[in-house]
Amino acid sequence: MSTLTTSSDKYSCSERLDDGRMIVNIGPQHPATHGTLRLLLELDGEYIVKCTPELGYLHSGFEKLGESMSYGQYMSVTDRMNYLSPLSNNIAYAEAVEKLLDIQVTERCKYIRVILAELSRIFDHLLNLGTQGIDLGAFTPFLWLFEEREKINSLFEMMTGHRFTTSFVRIGGMAADLPEGFDAEVKKFLGHFPKEIDNFEKMLTRNRIWMDRTKGVGVISQEDAVSYGLSGPNLRCTGFEWDIRKEDPYDCYDHFDFDIPVGANGDVYDRYLLRVEEMRQSVRIVLQALDNLPSGPVDLDNAKVRLPSKDNVYNRMESLIHHFKLIMDGHGLQPPKDREIYHCIESPNGELGFYIVSDGTGKPYRVRTRPPSFIHYQVVPMMIEGRLISDMVAVLSSLNLIAGELDR
Amino acid sequence: MPQGETALKKIKDKFNDSILAVVTFRNETQALVKKKDLYPIMQFLRDEQELFFNCLVNLTAVDRLELSDTHRFEMVYHLHSYRTNDRICIKTPVDENDLTVKSMTSLWKTANWQEREVYDLYGITFEDHPDMRRILLWEGYDGYPLRKDYPLRGRGEREKFNEYLDNIKR
Repeated sequence: MSTLTTSSDKYSCSERLDDGRMIVNIGPQHPATHGTLRLLLELDGEYIVKCTPELGYLHSGFEKLGESMSYGQYMSVTDRMNYLSPLSNNIAYAEAVEKLLDIQVTERCKYIRVILAELSRIFDHLLNLGTQGIDLGAFTPFLWLFEEREKINSLFEMMTGHRFTTSFVRIGGMAADLPEGFDAEVKKFLGHFPKEIDNFEKMLTRNRIWMDRTKGVGVISQEDAVSYGLSGPNLRCTGFEWDIRKEDPYDCYDHFDFDIPVGANGDVYDRYLLRVEEMRQSVRIVLQALDNLPSGPVDLDNAKVRLPSKDNVYNRMESLIHHFKLIMDGHGLQPPKDREIYHCIESPNGELGFYIVSDGTGKPYRVRTRPPSFIHYQVVPMMIEGRLISDMVAVLSSLNLIAGELDR
Repeated sequence: MPQGETALKKIKDKFNDSILAVVTFRNETQALVKKKDLYPIMQFLRDEQELFFNCLVNLTAVDRLELSDTHRFEMVYHLHSYRTNDRICIKTPVDENDLTVKSMTSLWKTANWQEREVYDLYGITFEDHPDMRRILLWEGYDGYPLRKDYPLRGRGEREKFNEYLDNIKR
C-alpha cells in the first residue's frame, strides 16, 4: 500500500484512513520491541493487514569502524553486536581471523572457548525466555530467570573481570587462563540450574494461557525458513535439523556428546520449548568440557600473532620488539594480501559469520558480520499479517531479535 | 578436497567463458564471474539436483578502490547447500559507470533486505528488486557511507548539528 511508508511528514503515532483502517506506529521506543525496532502496522480493527518493519535506529557503522581499527582492536566492537552473548561474537571473530592467518589454537583454549560459548548460550536463552514471558504477561518467570543470569554474570566476572561486554577472546588464545576455583563455581551453578529450568517450565509449558497464545502463532514452513535464510532455533523449530556444531564442528565440538532439539510445527511454542531444551544440552556440554579439560598453555607461542607475556616483555629484548611490532600503528598482524575468508559459528541466535577481506596490513580491508537477527527480522511481516496485534508481540519476542546485531 | 570444488567443476563445464578468476584459499573456493552471466549461474547452482545450493548465506559488496583493481566494486555471494554441506563464494565485478546488478530476490527471499543494505551503504542498485529503498539510513540521506571515499568521521555533521536540527522539516 502506498500509504504505508515512512516518508510521510506526519509524526503522529496513529492515523485513520478513509475506510476505517488505522495506521499505528509501534516503536522505536517501546517495551515490547526488543531494542530499537519499529513496526508500521495497518490495522483493520485488531487484525494486522500490512506490516512494514523499520530498522537502523541503532546503526553505528561497525563495519566502517572495522576498516580503521586493527584486528585486535576490533574485538571490543564485536562485543557490542549481539550484546546478550558477547563471548560468542568474540569467539566467532577470533576464529575467522585465525582461519585467515591459518593458525590453530591450543586444545586447552578450544575447550575453554566451548565452555564460555555454551555459558553464553544459556545466558542468551535465559533472557529471551524471560522476555517472551513478560511480553505475554508472565512476570514471575522473568525475575526467576534473571536471578540465574546474575549467577552467570558473576561467573563471567570471575573469569574475565567484566559481567557483560567481556572482550575476552584474543586472536591466538584468550586474554587469561581460567582462575582457580572457577570449575568448582561453574559446577555449583550447574548443579542446581536444571532444577531451576524445571521450576520455570512448571510455570509456562503446560499453562493454558501460554499455550493458547503461542501455539499456532508465527508459523513458518520449512521451505520459507530456508529461503529466508533463517538459522539456529528459528530454523530448527520447523523440523529442519541443522546445527553447525554437529554438521561442521569447529572448536572440538566433535569431542562432546549432546543432542540437537528439533521442533515440529514452526510456531512460537516450539521455539520456546526448543530454547529450554538447548539450555539443558548446554549444561551437558559444559560438564563434559570441565571434566576433560586438557592442561597446557592457553595462548599460542607464536609471537607474530599473540602478545608475549608481560614478564618477557620487561626482561627480554626480542619480546619487547615483538610486542612493539604487534601493537604499533603501521605494524600488526600480517595476513596474506588480497585474500578473504568467511567463517561462521552456531551462536545462540543462529549462524553468525564473519567475512574478512585483508589487504596485507594490520587493519582489515573489510569486515562484514553476517547478522542472524537482521535476516530473521525480515520474516516478521510474513508471520503476522492477517493475525491479531497480540500475536505480533509473541512473534517478535520469539525470534530473539537483538538490535545491536540487526543494525550494527 | 576444498569446499565448492564439485560446484566449480560443474560451473566450468556449463559456463566456461563466464569465469574470470578462481581462488582457492583456506579450503574455500571463490569464483569471479561476469556480471551478465551471474543470474544464470546462480539459478543453475540453486536448481541443479546434485548441487542444490538452497541457502544464500551472505550477500555483500566490497569497495576495491585501494586494492587497485580493474573494477571498483565487487558483489560477493556466499552460498550453502544443506543437502551436500557444501559452500561456495561467487563474486562479480561491478564497474563504477554501471552500478546495477540483477537481483537475487526471485531465487532466495533472504536477498531482499541484504540487497537493500548494499544499496544503502554502497549505492549499487538491483534490477527487479521489489522494494529498492534504503534500510539502515533514513530516506533522503545523501551519500553512501561504506565506500572508501566517504570519510570515517563523517562530513561535518557533528559540528553543524544545531543548524541541521533547525533546518529539518517538522
